Amino acid sequence: MAYSQSVGNTRYSFPTLKSLLAKASPPRAGDRLAGVAAATAEENVAAKLALADVPLSRILAEPLIPYEDDAVTRLIIDSHDARAFEQISNMTVGEFREFLLSHDTDAKVLTGLAQAITPEMAAAVCKLMRNQDLILAARKCHVTTAFRNTIGLPGTMAVRLQPNHPTDDVAGIVASIADGLMYGCGDAVIGINPATDQPARIEELLRLLDNFIQRYAIPTQGCVLCHVSTTLDLMAAGIPVDLVFQSIGGTEATNRSFGITLDMLREASDAAQSLKRGTIGQNVMYFETGQGSALSADAHFGIDQQTCEARAYAVARAFDPLLVNSVVGFIGPEYLYDGKEILRAALEDHFCGKLMGLPMGIDVCYTNHAEADQDDMDVVLAALAASGVTYIMGVPGADDVMLGYQSTSFHDAMFVREAFGLGRAPEFEKWLAEMRITDPSGRLLPPAGGHRLIEDAIPVGAP
Amino acid sequence: MTGAPRDPWARLGTWTPARIALGRAGASLPTREVLSFALAHARARDAVHARLDLAALASDLKLLGLTSVEASSMARDRVTYLRRPDLGRQLDHASQDRLTVHRGDGCDLVVLIGDGLSATAVAANAVPLMSALLPLLRKLELKLGAVVIAQNARVALGDAVGVSLGARLVAVLIGERPGLSAADSLSVYLTYAPRAGRTDAERNCISNIRADGLTPEAAAINLSWLISAAMEMKLTGVSLKDRSVAVRATSEHLAGQGK
Repeated sequence: MAYSQSVGNTRYSFPTLKSLLAKASPPRAGDRLAGVAAATAEENVAAKLALADVPLSRILAEPLIPYEDDAVTRLIIDSHDARAFEQISNMTVGEFREFLLSHDTDAKVLTGLAQAITPEMAAAVCKLMRNQDLILAARKCHVTTAFRNTIGLPGTMAVRLQPNHPTDDVAGIVASIADGLMYGCGDAVIGINPATDQPARIEELLRLLDNFIQRYAIPTQGCVLCHVSTTLDLMAAGIPVDLVFQSIGGTEATNRSFGITLDMLREASDAAQSLKRGTIGQNVMYFETGQGSALSADAHFGIDQQTCEARAYAVARAFDPLLVNSVVGFIGPEYLYDGKEILRAALEDHFCGKLMGLPMGIDVCYTNHAEADQDDMDVVLAALAASGVTYIMGVPGADDVMLGYQSTSFHDAMFVREAFGLGRAPEFEKWLAEMRITDPSGRLLPPAGGHRLIEDAIPVGAP
Repeated sequence: MTGAPRDPWARLGTWTPARIALGRAGASLPTREVLSFALAHARARDAVHARLDLAALASDLKLLGLTSVEASSMARDRVTYLRRPDLGRQLDHASQDRLTVHRGDGCDLVVLIGDGLSATAVAANAVPLMSALLPLLRKLELKLGAVVIAQNARVALGDAVGVSLGARLVAVLIGERPGLSAADSLSVYLTYAPRAGRTDAERNCISNIRADGLTPEAAAINLSWLISAAMEMKLTGVSLKDRSVAVRATSEHLAGQGK
């Protein structure tokens, strides 16, 4: 179906919903690279004006990729909650924005609607929202998940402890884990990005995490972020796996480029569930996403990158994950050029994920070839904290020495807790106090030498 | 400047290059650490914009007895390269013509050395890796094509190079994007039956190759194992798991991996 909009004497035409969404998207490098962006600033606003008048039911009726051609499209349509949708089916996208911002629309309403909101609806309304709208609407969405602790409670923000080491050296990884715990981080997950996908090495790291978490009875979970096929093999071999990790994208072809299918994710999810390693919950999946992955894999079908990203959340929510995060600035300047584009994308991804019912975290990050620095990340982090972000990353000194990019640090997490008064997952908070790492208010105690975590972290036989 | 001290567990830093035990001023970083980070970031920014010295590289390869051919992607300059990865994956027409001359009857393996996002990494590690790899390749009795060295190159430029030279297998040695602690990390991507449209799931990767990471000598052992396995199984990618456990840190399937 064609869409059009007159602005003054100019009539703008948009042959498909796909092109309308792309041209209505706030400017960013990836859409320009893909050749789908608006040609002028006026065309961009004309597309927003036209999009504001599109009924949500129209969006449901016009799949961006044909049902027959794409497994993600089939998932979106087959899992749509038609009954819940009745409440919003008469709204246009513009009315939907005002509905989301209305004082009458609270957490309960939004939770009830999550399965009725398709990725394309979330992406469409997102394009009409200013950054402050994305903050206010997202903070109304409450999504709680659990494995060995409770993540996503209002007033809390969790942190993934990311203790990567360039050669997966065990003593080095343990040093970063101890440092992170002493800084009160690690409630979302202790998650290692391995430098290798060798099954024997992954097994060693999984056993390391399992032993470490058990030894100190830490109410958290471990994960080694390797390919799902590797994790499947290891689970079959009886290796201790808490969470199954996988990078996912918003089209079947993107997922193919990652070497995965929805069936593989289902098989892995079932296998991890059957291990029953969660003590208070059974959310066993951990997904990472990021705008630009579909374009990078040449698998975007002319869909703008923010809409592709929202479609990845449809994949994620089919598996009731414990954690989902966009790695927002990781992919580079050809997709998100500078600090302004990274800020916008971070707020969009967090909002769309939350609206669709996901425990959405953000890896607030940038690479050294992007036009961004620590000051930009401070702004992104503060805006996300105001949005109620579920979790962020905790990397020693914000410098990931294995992946070669800058994320958020243990200190950044403290900054957020101080500035916004946010606590941790309650079970983890309690453990930190028992370990004499924090005081009863949750603030770090003065650093003391001789703590058990530190003494134990020194390799046997070291001088 | 004295300032806030490091944490009492600073000695754990012996086991990792990560920035641990930094200390704190309230909830925030000590001044020392804010400025140390700023300096590292400034240096990484400079590395991204450094240029690869093609002549020096060619002459070092010649000392190893290797013939090299210069090539360039369609990305004409650094700014275009950063904004247009599609152009960095295509050979320019002059390079295509130049490579065709070297094609002959094709070959088993072509090595492409490209600047990627760190010419510094290539300058430091490409020649040591090739030097360690050559004796291992001789044992495999492979027919090695000319070594191609390219400016403004992305990983998939190797597919175009492999096609032009009629190679069964292409190994791309390329500078990783600089981190703060390491601006000189090299990666190798290995692709069987290179052709346009290969996805990352169809490649094997060895990363973090540098003196303080995976040494070029250890990387050469991993790479020759992968080359041999790829020739035998006639594939690369997710289905080819690296089981050469003698050395650590190798085949990484970036696409499915975290980040």
